[in-house]
Amino acid sequence: MLTDLQKRLLNDFQRDFPLSPTPYQDIAEQLGVTEADVITALAELNAQHFISRIGAVIPPNHIGTSTLVAMAIPAAQLQAVADKISAFPEVNHNYEREHRLNLWFVAVAADAGKLQDVIRNIEKQTGFAALQLPLVDDFFIDLGFKLDLKHA
Amino acid sequence: MLDARDIELLAQVSDGLPLCPRPYAQIGMAIGMDEAEIISRLTLLKNQGLIKRLGVIVKHRPLGYRANAMIVWNVPDGLIKQLGRHISRFSFVTLCYQRPKLPIWPYNLYCMIHGKDRATVLAQLAQLDNACGLANFERQILFSRRCFKQRGAVYQAQQTQETANG
Repeated sequence: MLTDLQKRLLNDFQRDFPLSPTPYQDIAEQLGVTEADVITALAELNAQHFISRIGAVIPPNHIGTSTLVAMAIPAAQLQAVADKISAFPEVNHNYEREHRLNLWFVAVAADAGKLQDVIRNIEKQTGFAALQLPLVDDFFIDLGFKLDLKHA
Repeated sequence: MLDARDIELLAQVSDGLPLCPRPYAQIGMAIGMDEAEIISRLTLLKNQGLIKRLGVIVKHRPLGYRANAMIVWNVPDGLIKQLGRHISRFSFVTLCYQRPKLPIWPYNLYCMIHGKDRATVLAQLAQLDNACGLANFERQILFSRRCFKQRGAVYQAQQTQETANG
């Protein structure tokens, strides 16, 4: 069960996190609790894997170069291939999806040449072709996600 | 534009702000930057849109959002900006991108919907179809199954970032 404080921390501070020397104190004042309450509640959310961290979301391709990649892998080999791909430090967001193209991940590298090296390595190590789908345009301004936590 | 110090700073921040009373001062110790400079750089990056948002990054699945669909459409290039912006206005849409059409994958418009269950996500998709006039375009719905890895792309030694899904 989430506490009311945890629910508010999850929903109300996904963006515009205070840029002051004491952000947790600022949040505490806003919510009528102590700084220690805020820090403890966030630490618990972290420990329970409800939050990944307090961090910055950076639009793609401002630091390094990235691409979405799709692969079609026979079901029996999927876990093993996915594990090999996840082991690449350049890979994040590696998901199985319901489709013939069933493995989808994002690869990031310092520049376009290094990114192609990574993709070639992945193809060589797995033996499957990688379909590259780099970003062309981004229509969405990420303002966070309103969670319905009534029953959480 | 980002300078080398910004990149160092973002690499620190992308690991997560520490949970202590002076988190900006603490990350400053790791990269030799004082608290005031960190705050002013982050403020500027945010105002410039080089940080889309700064705050709590939630994990959808453990919080009950287990149905995650990536929907892709093949739409005329001339309409894509207008459609993309329209789709992005719906609160249940978590991402909306254009990617290149390829002969074996002719889809150029991508959007992501995170929902508690499939029925809800499909109802939200029907809502998008109606409101944005998407029903006649060829499309695919790809629900996610297993999540093998969720974060932490290292693109250079000591530097990590999470992009908004590449």
